[in-house]
Order: sequence, then structure tokens, then C-alpha cells
Amino acid sequence: MTDSLTAGPETAVPKGRKRRRLAQWNGFLFVLPALLLVIIFFLVPLGMAAWMSLHKWPLMGFPRWIGFDNYERLLTDKSFWSSLWFTIQYTVVITIGLLGVAMGLALIVQGQGKAVSLYRTIFFLPVVTGFASAALLWVWLSNVDTGLFSPLAQDIGLTTDRVNILANFTPAFWSVIAMVIWKMAGFFMVILMSGLQSIPTDYIEAARIDGAKWPQRFRYIIMPLIRKPFALALILCISGSMLAFDQFYIILNGGPQNSTVTAVYKIFNESFISFRLGYGAALSMVLLLILLVLSIIQLTLLSDKEAKK
Amino acid sequence: MNAMTMQHKQAQKDAPAPRKGRYRYHKLLFHVTATLVSLLFLAPLVWVVLSSFRSPVEATTPPLPPWPRDGFSIDSYDRLENFGQSVFHYAGNSLFVSVGTSVLTIVVALLAGYGFSRYRFPLKNFIFVLILSTMMIPFQSILTPLFLLLAKLGLQNTLIGLVLIYTTLQLPFSVFMMRNAFDAVPKEIEEAARVDGVKGWRMLVQVMGPLVLPGIVTVGLFAFLNAWNEFLAALVLLTDQSKFTMPVLMTAVRYGRFGSVDWGAVQAGVTLMMIPCMILFLILQRSYIRGLTAGAVK
Repeated sequence: MTDSLTAGPETAVPKGRKRRRLAQWNGFLFVLPALLLVIIFFLVPLGMAAWMSLHKWPLMGFPRWIGFDNYERLLTDKSFWSSLWFTIQYTVVITIGLLGVAMGLALIVQGQGKAVSLYRTIFFLPVVTGFASAALLWVWLSNVDTGLFSPLAQDIGLTTDRVNILANFTPAFWSVIAMVIWKMAGFFMVILMSGLQSIPTDYIEAARIDGAKWPQRFRYIIMPLIRKPFALALILCISGSMLAFDQFYIILNGGPQNSTVTAVYKIFNESFISFRLGYGAALSMVLLLILLVLSIIQLTLLSDKEAKK
Repeated sequence: MNAMTMQHKQAQKDAPAPRKGRYRYHKLLFHVTATLVSLLFLAPLVWVVLSSFRSPVEATTPPLPPWPRDGFSIDSYDRLENFGQSVFHYAGNSLFVSVGTSVLTIVVALLAGYGFSRYRFPLKNFIFVLILSTMMIPFQSILTPLFLLLAKLGLQNTLIGLVLIYTTLQLPFSVFMMRNAFDAVPKEIEEAARVDGVKGWRMLVQVMGPLVLPGIVTVGLFAFLNAWNEFLAALVLLTDQSKFTMPVLMTAVRYGRFGSVDWGAVQAGVTLMMIPCMILFLILQRSYIRGLTAGAVK
């Protein structure tokens, strides 16, 4: 390989430069497999998605160019906007709940010691189970006949009847929220914990000695100092929740009465249940755009705060 | 402030007993709270594992208490055998996809990380940013074209196709991680090895490999767990029941045949899906946490 590459007119080039040019080529070769995968399985499909969104694209038969008709249609598609609205509501609730609980857990596990590291491991265990496993587990626990929640509610005297918590929107929604908090809190706990651990103990100790009570120490010392990991947790939580699908598909199947269909779920329905691939692609492009704008806003806010420091 | 600090320290020295007592009381309260919260977090996991060993008669009764009263039974696991092909077949599918994704991710990210860390070539920064920026775009938004693309490539409904897609999804995190791992290795080590006559692949595999092993473990672990647990892409891209991975199979079991759901089988399946992840995590905790905190780009 080396001979054929350096043969010909280049033989006049001094040896050092020849070797450097060769090294350049080698570096590119090392990176090539990754680049090819990204091009084939990411950039090409991304371009295709944009292209497909301008077509009426059934699963069978020929796609037909329809320009921006799909986009016009989605503007008046109530079910899409309600799915988007539901996703936003879910994102707001889960972000507040999840980061709140994660912060509590992080405060518990920031210290040293055997017991503390055991707590840390236990809080983190649900994270490594998949969303599908956790959701299936929850379906069982929520089941009215053989599950846990219904008899438990009876035992502690909340109700006298058996309640199917998945049949009505409010209990079903909060049940999913509880599941996601249980499954994901450990993940955000670790991010926040790494922030807490980087605060010099002298700061807290000094504030304590100066008479700052716990809420004041939290508000004026801890929060400003962990702003960066907190912002990161916020970004991850928001962008992850906007893409929620597994839990709503598995636990509720979109029900009751299609009230828990998220944006990704709607795209899934259009593309793979109704096989309107073009329309599904148009919805995907809109969701992608929303997420891009969200990320850019969040990243700007994050870097602004850094610049101010 | 200093004077005050001194005063306080003095005050503490003067009255050590109540201070210590309060400290002990706080500590007890802390551990009681933490233990209760731990139980809350553990309960669902323990519950499902215990319940999966209940006998068929018990499987249809409410889960209080969760443990099997008529002795342990593996009947729920047996019934999973009858759903489609044997459960080992589906666990095998999942294992193939997860191990395949890990291995391919490690190889591709190792090469790319080495290239980005040790070489200069045209468009290097552009390519690096390009790979990282795929993280900004949710793969859910390109699922439809992926479906068609795999069909064109003859990879539709194959586990290999899934491996390629999962690997691509892992790349931003993994390449970033591996580049940092290589960056942390001092150049002197390579130079010393070169003087000793080590060249080409041997340099990467025998000299650098062991030095970036922690990074390799982290990258492999994340790839394995993500591939093992992934649901949406598997649901969409695998249409043939014999190709299902565990999460897709278990969703089918959950909806049940003839309208009735076999909860015992669901419990057994959930246990089978969770246990490998937890064991891997418990063994490789350190790598996992490093990946989370250091490569928090994910």
C-alpha cells in the first residue's frame, strides 16, 4: 500500500513530508468506519426523511410528489397537536418530579462510607433495567386483578372497591410518572451527585458556622455551585422526555381514549400502523425541528451562564 | 469571620457532649430515611423476581405476599417456552444483538478514537463534530427511512441490520469516550514502544489497547445495555416473530393470546430481561458511573 501511494511524481518529496502525508491518510482510514456508519445510517436516512415528507408515500405502490401538502395537513391535524401538547405536559411534570427526587437522592448519597455507597447502588439499579422491562413490570403492578396497587389501596383504606388505575386518565398518567421517576431518578442522581461532590466542604462548613440554616445553605451555596450539572440534567431530562414512547405504548397503549399518545407515538401510528410514511416523515421533521430549537436554546443559556462566571 | 470561627470552635470544645449527641441523632435519622427510600426503590424489583417463582395457581392471585407460598416453581418460565419459539431463542436474539453491538461499537470507536487522538488529516475536526452532532438529532425521527433503507440493503428484518443501527446510535458517545481515553495516554509511551520496534497494528493492540481498557469496558457496557433494552427500533424493524428481541416478545406476551394475559409469564420475562443488566452493572459499576459523569455528553 505504501509503495503505490508514494510512487510517481511524489518520489521527489523529502522523506519527512512523505511520511507525514502518509500518516494523514492513515488517520482518515482509522476514522473511516465510524464515518461510513454515520453517513449510511444517519445522514442518508435524515435526507430521506426530508425527501419523503414531500411525498405521499404508501408502503406499497409508488410514492407521489405532493410538495408541502403533508405540512399543510399537519397544521390542521388536531390529533398531532394534542399529542404534542400531551408530550409537553408530560415533559414539564416529569422534569420537575424527576429532578426534585434526584436532588433528594443526590443529597443522601453524596457522602462517603459503605452504607452510603450501598444506597447509591440501590437507587441506581432501576436505571439499568430497560424502559420496556420497567413498563411491563408496572403493567403487572397496576393490573386491577393480579397487581399490587389495587389491593394495597384497599388495605390501607384508600378505597373500598377495586380500582383499575389504568382506566382513567389522571391515575394512569400519575402511575406512569411514578414509574419513570422510579426508573430514572438514579440516573440524574449521579449527575447531580458529581456536582455536589465537587463543592469544597469548607464552603458549607463556613456557612454553617456563620449560622446559615440548611435551606439557606442549599439556596445560596449549593444551588449556584452545581448550576452546570443541574443544567445538564435539565437538558437531558427535557430532550429525553420529549421523545417518550415505550412507557405509554406498553403500559397504556395510548389509552384511555387516546389521551396518552405522545408525539413519537403519533409518528409511530402514522408510519407503521396506518402506513402513511410520507406524512409520518413530515411529523418527524417537525418534531426534529422543535427538539433542535430546544437544544439550541438550552445550550445558549448554558454557555451564557458560563460566560458570566 | 475568622474570629467567629474560632469562637465557635471554642464553644464546640466547651460543650462536646450535646453536639455529639445531636450528631448521632441526625445520623440515625439519615440512615433510617435512606433505608426506607432504598426499600422503596428495591421493592418492585424484588417483587417481580419473587413472584415469577410462584406456582400457576398463585400467579392469578393478588401479589400479597409476593413470595411463593406453595414452594418455588419455575412453571412461569416453562410457559414462556410455549410462546412462539422457546424463550432461549429470543434471549439468544437479544444476546446476539447486544454482543454484536458491543463488539462492533468497540472496534469502530477504538479505531476512530485512535485516529482522532493521534493523527492529523484533512477535515478532521469537521468529521469529529459531524459524528458528535448526530446526538442532537433523535433517531426516532429517522425511523421511517431507516425502515426503507434496510429493505433496500436487504437487511430488513435481520438482527444484523439492528446491530448496525444500534452501533451508529452509540457512536457519538463512544468515539468521544475513546478519543479522550487515547488523549490521556502520554505520547512518550508510544515513542518508547516505537524505539523498541513496535509498529502498526501491534502498537494499537498490544501497547495502547491495555492502556485504554477502562474506556473500552465503558463503551462496551453502554452499548450492551442500550442494545439489550432498546424497544422502539426493534419493534418497528423486526416484523418476523422469530427475529424478535426480548422486549418485543414480552410486549406480545403482555397483550396475550385469546385476550387473557399470562401474568406469570410476564413476570418471568421481565426477570429474564432485568437480571443480566443488573449483574453487569454490579460487576462494572465503576465503568458505568465513569461513563455517565465523564462522557455526560449523552
